[in-house]
Amino acid sequence: MIIPQLSVFLENKSGRLTDVLEVLGKESIRIIALSVADTSEFGILRLIVPDPDKARALLKEQLFTVNISEVISVVTPNEARYYARLLRILSDIDISVEYTYAFPHGRDAVIILRCSNNDEAVKALRKNDLQLISMKELKEL
Amino acid sequence: MEIWNRHFECMDREELRKVQSERLIETVERIYFNVPYYRHKMQESGLGPEKIRSIDDLRKLPFTTKQDLRDNYPFGLFAVPMSEIVRIHASSGTTGKQTVVGYTRNDISTWSEVMARTLTCAGANRHDFIQIAYGYGLFTGGLGLHYGGEKIGASVIPISGGNTQRQIQIMHDFGSTVLACTPSYALYLAEAMLESGISRNEFRLKAGVFGAEPWTENMRREIEDKLMIKAIDIYGLSEVIGPGVASECLVQEGLHISEDHFYPEIIDPETLEVLPEGEVGELVFTTLTKEGLPLIRYRTRDLTRLNFGRCKCGRTMVRMDKCLGRSDDMLIIRGVNLFPSQVESVLLEMSEIKPHYQLIVDRVNNLDTLELKVEVDEAFFLDKISQLETLRMKLQDNLQSSLGLGIKVSLVEPKILERSEGKAKRVIDRRKY
Repeated sequence: MIIPQLSVFLENKSGRLTDVLEVLGKESIRIIALSVADTSEFGILRLIVPDPDKARALLKEQLFTVNISEVISVVTPNEARYYARLLRILSDIDISVEYTYAFPHGRDAVIILRCSNNDEAVKALRKNDLQLISMKELKEL
Repeated sequence: MEIWNRHFECMDREELRKVQSERLIETVERIYFNVPYYRHKMQESGLGPEKIRSIDDLRKLPFTTKQDLRDNYPFGLFAVPMSEIVRIHASSGTTGKQTVVGYTRNDISTWSEVMARTLTCAGANRHDFIQIAYGYGLFTGGLGLHYGGEKIGASVIPISGGNTQRQIQIMHDFGSTVLACTPSYALYLAEAMLESGISRNEFRLKAGVFGAEPWTENMRREIEDKLMIKAIDIYGLSEVIGPGVASECLVQEGLHISEDHFYPEIIDPETLEVLPEGEVGELVFTTLTKEGLPLIRYRTRDLTRLNFGRCKCGRTMVRMDKCLGRSDDMLIIRGVNLFPSQVESVLLEMSEIKPHYQLIVDRVNNLDTLELKVEVDEAFFLDKISQLETLRMKLQDNLQSSLGLGIKVSLVEPKILERSEGKAKRVIDRRKY
């Protein structure tokens, strides 16, 4: 499924990640998944949260640069070959993966992807019987 | 101590006043009849050229600002037909427009004359080898020094700026005795000389003429110690003529202004009143002999004061203090003039960036560095690192091409640049002069 993801622009210096998490923590926001991409000077914090609009509002109040983007969420058995198969399906039809991260859930893994063309990617994954997971299901994990 | 032009440089001040009065009257006539802009301005104040009878009448005349030059870009204030102009220079200005200046053959000759005085002030003569490490081109530094050097008969080495290794090698191999460049570059060269491993004894350098950016007494001492030379402060601005407007002599107690060509006043930048002798204020120049671009009461924005006391060197020309700062927000980075508004206009052209920015000026290894911190617009923050990097590089390129300065761009979070406290602090200058 295509689900919303919260992205936060951060300068690459100590304490900034803490600041974001404290803002969210104060309001007891649950974080389903989290990933950080960084360069030497700045980074992007990516979060999957149950209510991204609320989290965005909280962070904006504190003047963070926040955006909501769309990513794909898929469940596969937690083994490398399944991850590889998924990526192969996409590369075979020339869809590139801009970034991806994953987290385990029991014997499965939830994989988050952002592709050059999310809609085409979802179609291809569906056609190959991959199990896409909705926001509703993610919340219940 | 040698003096290039004893007749004028040591002229009795009463006599000088007569010369200044005569020349002002001629200048005012010239601009009234040849520059519509000045004629209108004078007519608005009910002034005809006949009202200006001596230098004392100068304060009746209106001021000229950089904005006036910009409004008349490029040649609107020239007082001669373009066929009489033999040289055009330009310096950086806001919103991409340069400040353009033009010289007639006589202006070039005047410029060479005042530069000859400057170099003689620094103890140079025809036996010297002058290494000119100021930039050549539209910037007046290189060619200004060049013509002065030739005028005194010195051997001029027009090496221009940059390429430090070659500077050192030529200084050594040709036996340069006088160095002309910005003071920060002089310090940089001093370090490079040390690193080259060549002993100081193998160099013949004895003096340097340094200008185009502000520097302090501490910096002078450092340059003099490290290079083992006499470091002379020179002053000028392209609008007035370029380098050569004023120069220290070997006494090093203020810069002698070539008053027979450029008449100085000190004003209060707020009230625009002329201040009494010795008070610090904004330096204003009226050109007395220029033909191409005569300027009346041109506001330099440089803060200093004048000293009419007799100098030990014998020159009677008034001395100005080292410039103590600016009455506007202009920055001088590696000798290049930069207004924060120029940066702002580049930012405004890019929709991906908010014009919330901060400029951080510093000096690392004696070279000015400039960093621009800027906020990303949320609408364009699309969570891809590559996109942000591309944006950063694009901004860096745009700044380089429109300002001619390498500026390091950093993308920052909005909070960093406080905007709540009224006037935003746009510039942080960490340089210690």
